[in-house]
Formats: sequence, structure tokens, C-alpha cells
Amino acid sequence: MRPQTSSLHASTRRELLLGSGVLFAWAFVPRLARAEGRDPRFLTIVLRGALDGLAAVAPVSDPDWIKLRGDSALRLDGKLPALPLDGFFALNPAMPNVHKLYQEGHATIVHAAASPYRERSHFDGQDVLESGLARPGAADTGWLNRALGGLEPSPDAVVRGRKVFAVGPVTPLLVRGKAPVLSWSPPRLPPVTEETTMRLLDLYRHTDPTLAQVLEERLGLAAIAKAGGIADKKPNDNAPGIQGGGIEQVRAYFAEAAGTAAKFLAAPDGPRVGALAFDGWDTHVNEGAVNGRLANLLGALDGAIAAIKTNMGDAWSETVVALVTEFGRTARINGNEGTDHGTATVALLAGGALKGGRVIADWPGLKEADLYEKRDLKPTTDLRAVLKGVLHDHLRVDERALAADVFPGSESVTPMAGLLA
Amino acid sequence: MALDLKGAAIALHRFGFGPKAGATTGSIAAVAADPMGAILADLDVPNAGLITDPKLQSSGAENRAVYENNAAQLAQNKLERKRKEMAQAMAAAGSENAMEQTAQDKSSDAAKDAKPDAPPNPAQTKPVPLPRQIFLDEARARINTAVNCEIGFVERLVWFWSNHFCVSFDSTVMAGAYEREAIRPHVLGRFADMLQAAEAHPAMLLYLDNAMSIGPSSVAGINRDRGLNENLAREIMELHTLGVRTVYTQADVTNFARVITGWTILPTVDNPDHGGEFVFNKRLHEPGPQTLVGKTYADTGVEQGRSVLADLAHHPATARHVATKLARHFVADDPPAVLVERLTQRFLDTDGDLKEMAKTLVSAPEAWPDGQTKIKRPGEWLVAMRRAAGRRNPNIEGMIRQQALLGEPLWRPPAPKGFSDDSAAWYDGLTVRLESANAFAQAVAGDVEPKDVVDVALGPLAAEETRLTVARAESKVQALTLLVMAPEFQRR
Repeated sequence: MRPQTSSLHASTRRELLLGSGVLFAWAFVPRLARAEGRDPRFLTIVLRGALDGLAAVAPVSDPDWIKLRGDSALRLDGKLPALPLDGFFALNPAMPNVHKLYQEGHATIVHAAASPYRERSHFDGQDVLESGLARPGAADTGWLNRALGGLEPSPDAVVRGRKVFAVGPVTPLLVRGKAPVLSWSPPRLPPVTEETTMRLLDLYRHTDPTLAQVLEERLGLAAIAKAGGIADKKPNDNAPGIQGGGIEQVRAYFAEAAGTAAKFLAAPDGPRVGALAFDGWDTHVNEGAVNGRLANLLGALDGAIAAIKTNMGDAWSETVVALVTEFGRTARINGNEGTDHGTATVALLAGGALKGGRVIADWPGLKEADLYEKRDLKPTTDLRAVLKGVLHDHLRVDERALAADVFPGSESVTPMAGLLA
Repeated sequence: MALDLKGAAIALHRFGFGPKAGATTGSIAAVAADPMGAILADLDVPNAGLITDPKLQSSGAENRAVYENNAAQLAQNKLERKRKEMAQAMAAAGSENAMEQTAQDKSSDAAKDAKPDAPPNPAQTKPVPLPRQIFLDEARARINTAVNCEIGFVERLVWFWSNHFCVSFDSTVMAGAYEREAIRPHVLGRFADMLQAAEAHPAMLLYLDNAMSIGPSSVAGINRDRGLNENLAREIMELHTLGVRTVYTQADVTNFARVITGWTILPTVDNPDHGGEFVFNKRLHEPGPQTLVGKTYADTGVEQGRSVLADLAHHPATARHVATKLARHFVADDPPAVLVERLTQRFLDTDGDLKEMAKTLVSAPEAWPDGQTKIKRPGEWLVAMRRAAGRRNPNIEGMIRQQALLGEPLWRPPAPKGFSDDSAAWYDGLTVRLESANAFAQAVAGDVEPKDVVDVALGPLAAEETRLTVARAESKVQALTLLVMAPEFQRR
């Protein structure tokens, strides 16, 4: 059974996908890769809100590190010790699965990386990250979609063969474009994040004391219900829960969305290229890198990556997952135990096709003079080089197409070589 | 005339369904020259308040369709049961035929199971039950009207009066058609006409049990030894007209109940063409004159009840009750006394002309307090969001589900009093609204720019904090969630 159109109603789409035992006859294959006897899978995960790269992967041996972050700094000898990577960097302790992958050579970390965007607006930053253009607001298509054009340049190519697969209720810009997109939504919605709730409360406190009081009381009740083990009652799978935002819901959503994407990509006749997005990384207040909110989110992400590996099965060996975010955060902690919008951050690659177990970084240092505009981790690696490297070596996207169509104007950004095994 | 953009935004939220993206007259800019005039002009839009959808049948037709459907289903079930019983009996008797029959049954079932591509899709394997289908069709017509109308003041009046004279789908499949037949045609007409249409409508007679009320001294009452049901009579006086604790007594209620005995519906079982329609059945009607609220009504059959309703419709207590509710709905939980007084007087002066009432409300300076006063009811809020984001064909089932989760299930009021118009009643749902906002934001974030939605929906009404909060959101989903949760969007 194959859907005749990619604009099916969401629930119908879901029913089709889950209901039909057989997946679609995907004609799309990275042809050159196939010719080499490979069947590569590529999944991109956008972390919206700007992940604090220094909190995810900390430069524990940088002499200025502890000075910079103080009590919030991850350290190898902390109460919750960071997980050692290469002697200089260490991984957030909330990510044991990624650590294991790293040790097995199936995870690579690129540090001090950034897209070409140098301002600090989320929307514009995400726009640049996903469009693949150097400036925001310039395109309504994404680089991943255009990369498919690079794979099958022939105009008479079978249309259905170029579908990109998107997971989540919102199709990311990353995959929008000429090549048809098929999307699947998990039956559960991404929960309202704690961050969103706190922002709303803050808005109410400034503008509407009545609503502020109501929201505070409701949140208090929710906390009591949670502590007392009063379960969230979901009237049905399609309806949002009564109380949202608990980390358990976030974990469940991340794992379900990522795990399902992996199932589709793993299927012999399933799609080969997909994308999804996880929100919630904008940690201005009480970041909690070691054992708070960010640690929880990273833990949920770690679980999602584990779910991908499990569900990929044998296809894991031909898989690359790229986790990217619009920009990083300030090198220092702000006045609210959080971090503000910054510049460079980490990109994480995971997958059995990688030559992993490495942190790739042209480390800029953390002294004030080393920081970008004296506040952010300085970008020394162009994120596009990483993505171009993967697209070229893994999917065999033509290098000229990469420079002209996928990341226009990136001729001077050389695809990073040697990322794949 | 100077543009009053902020007043325009408030006007569209308070009296309409909120500003609409791509509107001709329902945008902040379009009404800014004269917000009050624009709201008043909505009353003169041709056919405002009416729904013309050829797909929708009359209440009686809907009722009969469901009846026939149920009857056919029953017959089908009976046949199948009989066939099974016969097959079992024959098998017990060792009949070869029966074995074959059973084997055939099995093989056809097996064939069904083995069908490789059969999706376990309940929508395909199980058709939507007819009552649900009728509900969805009626709901779609109502919600699409609210989402797509320009300003929506008349439609808001429809919602108000429908809630005032509420009935429930749990009692009758005709609840949606009831609104089209009893409320909409009179929303800018006379209160007395709406009252007559509502109380004599089969949906109301079923909802408040009058269809089975029998005069104790009527022919049927004597023969069947059954009697009065006071439910409708009481709610007419308490909720629909005079108001609780006003000028009536228990004796008035009982006598009124006697008056409207015989107001019932034709049974569908032996009326395939008119079953479910209103009928005055003299056999059930309590004979004789009845006295209530100080007046004696001769037994003129159905006219006896019509006369009582006509008097109730013009009673000063009714005028005050209706004026208070109208002002409470649109202006404030505790509406200014002077406004209630003005509306009451207008009601009495115009013989309960509801269009004049609406004009008086909108023209009253008390109806234009500076800030936003009330919190939107869930249904209004869900509609306002879709209008702001330019969703012209919203997911109806999703909206119905959300509205129910938010405590205002469509056409299923918790009691004959309808849904509350006190803001306090809706505050508790705030965190559920947050979930709902998130679901909405997830659905539209790919298609709209949060800043555009702020401009459409709030314009200069948006507080600086709200604009900043939206602009600084970490994602479009978060931005849109916070926008529709902002006080300026929650309130009206």
C-alpha cells in the first residue's frame, strides 16, 4: 500500500503508516552509495532553543573551564562525574548511552562548531540552520530536501522515489522543498515544556496577576499530584494530557519519535533520509547542567539515541544521525544560574557508519580574549563542513551540488573528510 | 476620523470571535476607524446568524434517520443471532448441511483476516455511527461559521442564546438542528418568538422531559395512571424567562406544567414521515383553566401554553433576567447596574426586540471599559486561535475534543442552566488551555510567523511584555503557545 499523496490528513497518514504492514516501495536510494553495495540511512535531529554545548560536552582539562562555570561546571571529579572522552573533553553524565557509543567508535563530537549565522535570534538562527543558506528569511526550502535533488538530478526520476521522511506534528523547514515529504506524527504530542510554562508564568506576573495566581496554584497542584503518584489521565491517545511538561513525558516523546523514525529508516523498503526536531533547550534560568533541567533533557536525548540504535537493528551499521542546534550559549553563567544566547556549540554524530570515538575540535580556548565578542565560545568549525562531509561521504551527494544547491555559497567550506568508517 | 487600533482590537475580541487573518471587515485595521460602528454593522449583514448547508437535514429527518438506522441494525442483529442458533441446533443434530454452513462462515472470516493490506483503521472497518455523524456535520457547520465569519458578533449572539436555551446531545440527536431551527432564525428577532420556538421544539421537549408529561386528569392520565413532569415548566420560569427567586411559586410551576401537558413529539415507530416532530396531543393534555403568576388561562388546547409563554416573554422580570445575562456575557461578571437597567428598559420598550437589545448593548458606554474584562470561554478561544492563524478549515473533531477537555463540551451542557458566564468558572482550566495551545501551536507552526499572528490577533493591544515574550521564544511552537495564552488573547 502506498499513499498517493503526501498531503494526507495527519491521522490518516498515521493510520496508513502504522496500519499497513508493508511499508512503501521507496524507489529513492542514494544511487551511488547503492552502487558501492551500501544502503545508507541518514537522520537529522534539530535541537531547537540552542543547546549549551559546553554543558553537553565540557572541556574539563581547559585551565579556564572551572573559573568560567564555577559550581555549574561539569568535572571528572564532581559529585556526578562527567564521562571522560579523550582526556580533554568529557560528556555530560546524563548521557551514558552516547558515551558507550563513543567508546565503540559509533559517536563523534564536533566542538566549537556553528552555522554561518552570527546574531542571536532563535527564529533566524533556526532558519539559517535548516535552510542551509547563509542569511535568514531567504528560503522556504531546507538543505536536506535539496540534498535529495543532488542525489537524483535526472528530471525524469520517479517522483515517489524522493520522499523525505519527517517525524513530528510540525514539518521542519529542513525537509521542506520540492522533493515530496512524508511525515508521521507520534500519537502523543510533544508535552508543554517546563520552560514554556515558566515563561508564561513570568508573562502573567508582569501583566495579569489573576492569571498568574491561577497558574501558580494549578502548577502547585500538579506538583503535589506528581509527588503523590497521581497519574496523568489521558482521555485518549490523541488528546493532550491534563498536566504536561513532566520529564517523563518528555522522555517518552523523545524516545517514541526517534525510535519510530529509526523503524521506518530501518525497513528494507522504507525511506532513507529523515528529520525531526526536539524543543526545549533554551536554558536561560536554572540550567541544571549537572543534575537539573538540562541534564534531564540530555538524558531524554540519550534515551532517544538508544532507541534509534535498538530500532535500527542491523541497519545501524549503515546509519548516521546528526544532532544539530541553531547556536550555542554564553560561555559564562548568567545571573539566573542559566546561560544566554551564544554562538558556537557542539554537533553530535552517532551511528554505526561513523569512524567515531573522536572529539573533533579546533579548540579556541576560554580566556576572555578567546571568546567570541568576549562572551561566547568562538566558532572554529563551520557546521556546514560537517554536514557536507556526511552528505558527501555517506549519501554520495555530489560536491558541486553541495556547494551550489544544498548549502549555496559554501564553496569555500570544504566538506570535512574522514568522518565515516 | 482618527484610527482607534486598540479599541478595534478590544471590540473584535469582546463582541466578535477575535480578529481574523485575511479578513475584509473582521480585522483590526478594518474596524479601527469606527469600532462601535463596525460591530453594529455586523447586525445588518444579510442572513447573519443563519446556516445554509444542504447537507444538514431538519431535526425531524435526523431523528427519523437515526430511528430507522437503529431499527434496521436491530433486525440485522436478530437475523444473525437466529442464523447462529439454527446452525448450532443443526450441528447438534448432526446435520452435514450445518457443518458446511459453519465451515463456509469460517473460511470467509479467515479470508477477511488474511487480506494483507487491510489496515486496522477503525474509520474504514467501522462506519461512524449515524448519531455521531450527525453531530459532526452539525458541529462542522457551526464551527466553520464561527471561524470564517468576518466579525462574528451575530454568531456570538447565536452562541449566547443557544446556551441560554440549551439542550443536550445526550438527550437527543436533534440538539444541533435545534440551534438552527429554534435559535438562529430569531437571534435578531423577538425574544417571544425565540421562546416559543425553543420550548415547543422536540429537542427541548425531550431534554426537559415534557414529551412524557401527562395531565393526571387527561384521558391518557386516567387510563395509564401516569402524571405530570414539572421539569420544563420550572426551567422555563427559572432559567429561560423570569429568573430564579422572582415572581413565581411552586404552585405556578405545577400549574404551568399542567398547561403544557400534551406538548410532545410524534412517535417515530408509527409515523415514518413525521416521527420526532412536535405535536399537541389533546389526549395527554390536562383539561381546564389554570392560574399562574396572577392570571387565569382558559383551556384553549395548545394555545393555552402559547399564551402563557407570550406573557412570560413580556414580563419585567424576564426583561431584567435577560438583560443581566446579556451584559454579564459580553461585558463583566458583575455588569454595571446602569447598563442592565438600560437593557431592561430597551427590552420592555421594544417588545423584546433582540436586535435592538444588541444595538443598545454595543452602543452603551459601559460596554466599552478600557481594559479587557472577561476570560474567553473555551469554545470562543479555540475559534479565535484559528482565526488569528488563518486556519479556514480547522480540524473539527480535534476542536470538539479540545473544547470538551476544556470543560465546555459542545451541545452537552452539564445542566439546563448551560455553561457558566462567570470568568471564575474557567480559570481552573488554565493549564489545560496550555496543553491545548501547545497542540494548536504544533499544528500551525509550520505555516505562520508568530509575529504576524501577534499583529493580526492583538496589534497594539499586545503588551510590550507579550511581544517580547513571543519574540524571544525558543521556537515557533513556543512563541505561538505563549501568544494564545497571553492575557490579551485569553481575555475579551
